[in-house]
Amino acid sequence: MRFTPTPEQQQLGDMVQRFLGEQYSLEVRRKILDSREGWSREIWSKLGELGLLSLQVPEEQGGMAPAVVETLLTATATGKAMLLEPWVSSAIIATVLIRELGSAQQREEMLPVMAAGDRIAVPAHLEPGARYDPKVIATVARRSGGGWTVKGQKSVVLHAPAADVLLVSARTSGAPDEPAGMSLLAVAREGPGVALSPYRTLDGICAADVELADAPGTLIGSEGTAFAGLTAAFDQGLAVRCAEAVGALQATLDATVEYTKTRQQFGVPIARFQALQHRMADMLIHVEQARSMSYLAAMRAAETPGQERRRALAAAKVVVGNACRFVGQQAVQLHGGMGVTDEIAVSHLFRRLTALEMALGDTAHHLEQFVAASAEAEGT
Amino acid sequence: MDLSFSAEELAFRDEARAFIAANVPADTRRKVLEGLEVSRDDTLRWQQILHRQGWGGPNWPKEFGGTGWDPVQQYIFEEESAAAGTPRLLPFGLKMVGPVIMRFGNVAQRERFLPRILSGEHWWAQGYSEPGAGSDLASLKTRAERKGDHYVVNGQKTWISLAQHANWIFCLVRTDPAVKKQAGISFLLIDMKTPGVTVRPITLLDGSQEVNEVWFEDVEVPVENLVGDENGGWTYAKFLLGHERTNIAAVGPCKRELTRLKRIASEERKDGKPLLADPGFAARVAQVEVELMALEITNLRVLAAEAERRAPGPEASLLKIKGTEIQQALSELMMHAAGPRALPLRTGALAAAYLNLRKTSIYGGSNEIQKNIIAQTILGL
Repeated sequence: MRFTPTPEQQQLGDMVQRFLGEQYSLEVRRKILDSREGWSREIWSKLGELGLLSLQVPEEQGGMAPAVVETLLTATATGKAMLLEPWVSSAIIATVLIRELGSAQQREEMLPVMAAGDRIAVPAHLEPGARYDPKVIATVARRSGGGWTVKGQKSVVLHAPAADVLLVSARTSGAPDEPAGMSLLAVAREGPGVALSPYRTLDGICAADVELADAPGTLIGSEGTAFAGLTAAFDQGLAVRCAEAVGALQATLDATVEYTKTRQQFGVPIARFQALQHRMADMLIHVEQARSMSYLAAMRAAETPGQERRRALAAAKVVVGNACRFVGQQAVQLHGGMGVTDEIAVSHLFRRLTALEMALGDTAHHLEQFVAASAEAEGT
Repeated sequence: MDLSFSAEELAFRDEARAFIAANVPADTRRKVLEGLEVSRDDTLRWQQILHRQGWGGPNWPKEFGGTGWDPVQQYIFEEESAAAGTPRLLPFGLKMVGPVIMRFGNVAQRERFLPRILSGEHWWAQGYSEPGAGSDLASLKTRAERKGDHYVVNGQKTWISLAQHANWIFCLVRTDPAVKKQAGISFLLIDMKTPGVTVRPITLLDGSQEVNEVWFEDVEVPVENLVGDENGGWTYAKFLLGHERTNIAAVGPCKRELTRLKRIASEERKDGKPLLADPGFAARVAQVEVELMALEITNLRVLAAEAERRAPGPEASLLKIKGTEIQQALSELMMHAAGPRALPLRTGALAAAYLNLRKTSIYGGSNEIQKNIIAQTILGL
């Protein structure tokens, strides 16, 4: 049992912290947020140069996978910085999808280019009305000539406007709520039959609903067996979101402590008031419990799939989700009027924490998942 | 980073598990697992069994007759003990006065007292709280006046756990009333058979007599029973409180009680189905279970830091708060799981446990005091 990273891992973690600290200040982030695209290609290239887009790429394609601790440390830093770029979408989830499902040739073609920052792929999975259930997919893929076409709707595809390629889950057989019969297809974002309705999410991420009208696509790997790979990719994504949340949670707590030490009322810093002190102690407990679960999630996500992995990841998301809600809301409250302005970091952190609580399944969803996995594990 | 136990730790776990399974008396085990009252003799017998194995001091270094186990091994041992239904080892000697004597006592005190803690000959009580000194412990008034080669002690201590079974008590006493309150306190070891010591049990809300008032009336205590320096007691008291809190997360017992809760909730029927299959109830159980999973890792993080000889810090306060909240939540859910049959109040009944466990967020420094500690020491507020 060991909770400290190796010196090499720590070095990478420190490097990411330093890079984002120097080049991703709140002011820089605000400019990116206000830009038309909502993300920065320049930052993206630098992430590629630093090797941070290859953490989940296998060694055969020049990457570092599994890089469990490196991924955890990087995510904690990107969470703190509230990164707007498609790191989780492309360098984690889409990368794992291609790694797990793609043919040898597809891995070779796609992963090194993505790791270099020259191509962005994002998953397009959830559909209207499916809530967070990953099995509910109505989009269909049909053979057409020598290839495939895809027809259906995908909702809230994060970073879709930034993507070169959409990795679309679609049925090639089976009922709309069956794990079997699901396939994954690469669809060019600017290709025919692809229509995006773009918007920003509540925390400023560029996203879109996607209408696919017989859009040509390339089958990734084999037909009808994509569900296991999708599960692996979203599990890895969930672990990374948990670590991002911990970075954002710590930043939120730090900002709140700092603010209450400087804000004076009744002639003293408001940090002197016990009601506020105890609230911040409660926030700290949430942060530490979430940190513990982010470790568990990171370890389990890299292990073989099964009840135990599902149970641990669901538990992690519940603990982290509760922390996101409590710490975010209390931070705004303790900042008083300033907390509800766009001006300061804490309101941005609050928005990011709110989105993270809902990312890849909210707390209520994962509590149900945990109950179901526990019941199966105990044979009840 | 690695959250699983090493091969050596797993081997140790197997050894501990096998020994406990083969040696814990069946009648004691049944009492613990069913939540019945564990007697003085049950506790002493288990201490003696462990002592014969050389395991009487699981948290003690070898030089004082302990096992020399590192914090992770101690944790594994406690977890295995809890799961197997052993009685809780008495913390007052092993985890409180023992470490204080090792650190601050003289050679004569070490030789006299430490072996007798291990053998169970001395059953210690903790004389800290007073009617007017609870959270504000340093305002204690029990007076010890030096008269030649002994102190004369007068005053009243309260909330003394299991003092009715104890033959020794360690006390914080005021030796200098003229200075700042923390600076006039000493740490005294008192033989409870000394004339002038009176123990009066307090009946608690569950009907149990677990805590006591202890009165001191002109009690003569030899000066050789002073630990460390006169008026240095506050330092030793704080050292002790740190140790007390480290072990208060109670992850092992919580896991055992969670298992019991699930058993009760699967036996109980609602709408013809096990209560545990009711989505509302299952969600409440799950919410506590995920908190416990997180606490277990948080606890291991604190232990790992301790094992790497980085000082155990104020994180203990976090463990205390979360651990007691979970214990209380589990006892509450168990009572709700049992439904109307939780209402009869008798020993070992679920209601008794629910009532009794209210103490956990009050003792060992109330949870509000723990939050003060977090605010001041971790957050720097």
